Amino acid sequence: MKSASNVAEQSLDPVEGASGPVARLLFWLFVFIPGIGFAQEPGVRNIQNIFDPQSKPAQLIHNTAALALLVCFGIFVVVAGLLFFAVWRYRRKGPEDDSEEPPQVYGSAAIELAWTVPPLLIVTMLVLATARTIGEVQNAKFPDDALQITVVGHRFWWEVRYPQFNIVTADEIHVPVSYLSAPRPVRMTLESADVVHGFWVPQLNGKTWLVPNRKNQMWIQPTSLGTFVGNCTVFCGPQHANMLIRVIVQPPDDFFNWIAQQQAPPMARPGGEEGKKAFVANSCGTCHRIGGTATDGVFGPDLTHFASRDTLGSGVAPNNEENLRVWLRNPQTLKPGCLMPDMRLDDKQVDQILTYLKGLK
Amino acid sequence: MPNGTTTIDSKELVAGPGEEKGTLTGWIQDLVYTVDHKKLGFLYIGTGLFFLVLAGVMALLIRAQLAFPDGRVVTAEVFDSLFTMHGTVMIFWVAMPIVFGMANYLVPLMIGARDMAFPRLNAFSFWLTFFGGCLLFFSYVGAPGLYGAGGAPDAAWFAIAPLTSRAFSQGPSVDYWSLSLLVTGIGSVTGAINIMVTIFCYRCKGLTLDRLPLFVWMTMVTMFLVILFLPPLSAAQIMLTLQRYLGAKFFDTQAGGSAILWQHFFWIFGHPEVYILVLPAFGVISEVVPVFSRKPIFGYPMMVAASVLIGFISAGVWAHHMFTVGLNSFGQTFFAISTLAIAVPTGIKIFNWLATMYGGKIRLEVPMLFCIGFLFQFLIAGLTGVMLGVAPFDWQLNDSYFVIAHFHYVIVGGILFAVFAFFYFWYPKAFGRMLDKRLGLLHFWFFTIGFHLTFDPQHFAGILGMPRRIYTYHPGRGWEIWNLLSTIGAFVQGIGIAFFVINLFWSARKGKIAGDDPWDAWTLEWVTTSPPPDYNYDKIPTVTSRRPLWDLKHPEDPDWKFE
Amino acid sequence: MNAELTATAETEWKLPSPRVVGMICVIMTESALFAIFVVAYLFYIGKSVSGPYPHEVLELPILGTVLLLSSSGTIVVAEQMLEKGRQAGFNLWWFITFALGFGFLIYTGVEWNKLIHLGLTINSNLFGSTYYSLVGLHASHVVVGLILISLILVMNLTGRIRHFHHEHIMMISWYWHFVDAVWIVVFTVVYVISAKS
Repeated sequence: MKSASNVAEQSLDPVEGASGPVARLLFWLFVFIPGIGFAQEPGVRNIQNIFDPQSKPAQLIHNTAALALLVCFGIFVVVAGLLFFAVWRYRRKGPEDDSEEPPQVYGSAAIELAWTVPPLLIVTMLVLATARTIGEVQNAKFPDDALQITVVGHRFWWEVRYPQFNIVTADEIHVPVSYLSAPRPVRMTLESADVVHGFWVPQLNGKTWLVPNRKNQMWIQPTSLGTFVGNCTVFCGPQHANMLIRVIVQPPDDFFNWIAQQQAPPMARPGGEEGKKAFVANSCGTCHRIGGTATDGVFGPDLTHFASRDTLGSGVAPNNEENLRVWLRNPQTLKPGCLMPDMRLDDKQVDQILTYLKGLK
Repeated sequence: MPNGTTTIDSKELVAGPGEEKGTLTGWIQDLVYTVDHKKLGFLYIGTGLFFLVLAGVMALLIRAQLAFPDGRVVTAEVFDSLFTMHGTVMIFWVAMPIVFGMANYLVPLMIGARDMAFPRLNAFSFWLTFFGGCLLFFSYVGAPGLYGAGGAPDAAWFAIAPLTSRAFSQGPSVDYWSLSLLVTGIGSVTGAINIMVTIFCYRCKGLTLDRLPLFVWMTMVTMFLVILFLPPLSAAQIMLTLQRYLGAKFFDTQAGGSAILWQHFFWIFGHPEVYILVLPAFGVISEVVPVFSRKPIFGYPMMVAASVLIGFISAGVWAHHMFTVGLNSFGQTFFAISTLAIAVPTGIKIFNWLATMYGGKIRLEVPMLFCIGFLFQFLIAGLTGVMLGVAPFDWQLNDSYFVIAHFHYVIVGGILFAVFAFFYFWYPKAFGRMLDKRLGLLHFWFFTIGFHLTFDPQHFAGILGMPRRIYTYHPGRGWEIWNLLSTIGAFVQGIGIAFFVINLFWSARKGKIAGDDPWDAWTLEWVTTSPPPDYNYDKIPTVTSRRPLWDLKHPEDPDWKFE
Repeated sequence: MNAELTATAETEWKLPSPRVVGMICVIMTESALFAIFVVAYLFYIGKSVSGPYPHEVLELPILGTVLLLSSSGTIVVAEQMLEKGRQAGFNLWWFITFALGFGFLIYTGVEWNKLIHLGLTINSNLFGSTYYSLVGLHASHVVVGLILISLILVMNLTGRIRHFHHEHIMMISWYWHFVDAVWIVVFTVVYVISAKS
């Protein structure tokens, strides 16, 4: 059951929810005006502006980041101004200027001291702000019952586990929204099954690596509804570009409905029986687990509730019948270099498996 | 030629090696056998320019692929090779050879020496560097590779473990990366030792360390960094090669190895490396700006102290490349502090250069234009670097196009502009002819506009979440306009480079005769002829101040009275 | 100070010796190389997921250490002989230095043979990888040192090395001392610090 209806109620104004004057200014100047603000699916936040935080840790980062940006911009204006002033004011005006050299000034300890102290002070101030934010984000305290998610990076998809609910899914992360009165931090443990990956959804938090043989921690606390799109940020192979993340932030009720739906076996759809047999017969189950069947493959994404996902191939294409057909015919067409080989299914098998997979809601 | 007219035969002026032999084979033999620091300087710089063109073409292909969403110019595998090779070649076979070439050409001349301390070792260092590059490019044809891109390296310029282990990179591409860098690395270290010994042990009389030209000071600190911080890269590559060939477990996460350790080792090299590249650029600016402002550098002692301090601190900032790997708060805070600390001596150098210009009579010749471009762009680069040093800001910006914009501002907007200033300033000394001014202006404006068009938009793409090393992207992410502008800019830069290359070749034959001292400059190299004779100086000079030629030209107001 | 400098024709201009500066640079760069292998060794102490482990297979290399470190002493004696112009003495002590260094290599070879039979190889586990790479890197530097020493030995067969070569000889002995100093570090890190793990 998708949460699309709830999401559609949210305003489609892209600036809605943009917090703070800096974000709004940047958004209007650099995002909307160039005319690309219109190319969005409703409710899907494809445009992830780091200055438009929608989650507590992202907001904490934003405060210090905006400070650093303003300070640096100020320094730029002053020093670049001095540079261009100097070039204009002290330029050689003509051959008459060549008759004698200007006064040969070697230096001045007083002046050098004067221009060393302000940078030291500015740097000290930035260090203090930095240290505070590092502490606030990395050493945040959580209630014992905070939602826990484990994300395991694979080439080139995301395994998502909810240990508290015994759910395993892939590529999409559902979380409940946080209100001021009812904050719901989500703790995420990041691991990797193969090489190093990176998890980044800018509006929700900065990025963190997923390193094999290591558990990293991060957290998000989204404060607005919608589907947030992110990317893998550490080069992991040819399809690094198409290892997309979708974090779907829902009202708590919808979130728990989703949990319940994920915990239940998939609804059997009429006409899916042949597909299920074909799925098993063609060894799809060696890589892909589907709950309620004998399959237990973990090399590829869990497909138990595949039809409830927005995209296939971890974001490479929308999850519709046409794309699914192309994928089943040969996944290398949509995602060349991904680790699912061409299974050499004939048209009949593709139809059957497609019908089956479409029913896995 | 009418009788009685003295004409200058161009053949006598162009410092073409072996020109006196007059034949092509003679010329080539001379270059291959030479141990003369000036000719080796040409070889280094020529190598750098050659690879600049190759890696630049790679950049154009990358930009063509990314100009539009769902690009189809190249496949993902070819793209991965392209960005890996572009980065690797630009750093190690363009920037490093140019650094060593500039040092080779200028240092002995500036200190009144006849050659480097160990001329044959000098030649050895160059040829190792060159052959390493050949080995790297051989990877395109030397192995079939898995994806039709040949076996060229494709795991990013810092070859992140464990992607580089046999399990994930079966072909030889990682090995070509490691081995070519090991070979070239030996060349770099031996070259650095040579330059250090030359600076300490071959200065002419009176040239105490506090009178060294700033270019020589910066080169000294640079070579110190090379000696200390290239070995960590070699060590990591030896470990990687042992792992790939003998099954050693260094970065094998299944056996308890750590991917993070590779990061530490790489960046312990990688961060000082960028200072290795930028300090000589500072040296060039410190020589050129005073001459075209007609004033000595403001605050020479502080410039030296700041550079040495930068050298020391650069050893302690490396993990600012690792803010997102999962370090604890203590580590993050420590490296944020050291990174922001290094911004102070770096930033105040900009003030010193500005103060040199203040009160001067600035001549806007082409070398000075490139210096002004450097100052403007390096200022921006430094400030985006400060932003990246604020660790939480880096959690958002790391591994995004903002970082790409930042380091291209440093390396292209900063270092390459300084290299262009180096060319326009010292080409007359090396070739006896001035580089053409009109072509120089065309080069400057096309390249500057192209540079800004390429890299300014990339800051915004990064702010909007575009990660690095992706071969394509979906529409609707807000990245399209920035990528398109960036691609257009890249081609405009290419036009600028074309003007530059044409200028280099045209002026060697047709440029205005330069004479010994066309810019009215003050360091020792301008005393000798243009081009200098093989032995550099008829008589080794004696020096009594930081600007020996100023003293000669202004005996009523010599520098040594005021130092 | 300026007055002194204008009288430059008379004042002495002393510059450091290129050989000395060069060798110092070589030692610095090699130290940086060793440092990374030492760090890798220390970092991975206790992290091997399978054996053999240090406490199971390592024994203090007393004999090898004595051989190597005493060769540092004999090389100093050889240098002193040369300065006094005693060619035969120089030859003798120089040769003893070579023999002691060579003996260290033999000792290392024997030790490695034993370790391999106990199952420790470069790819057995993290301990094996870091042990062989660190000790092997050191041994390779011993080999280079022995080559330098033997070159002098050969050159001196005809008595060509004289007291005015003392700086050349000193550079080789500095390199040799460096190799021995690295051994002290390796000994401490491998055979003392990690021996219990």
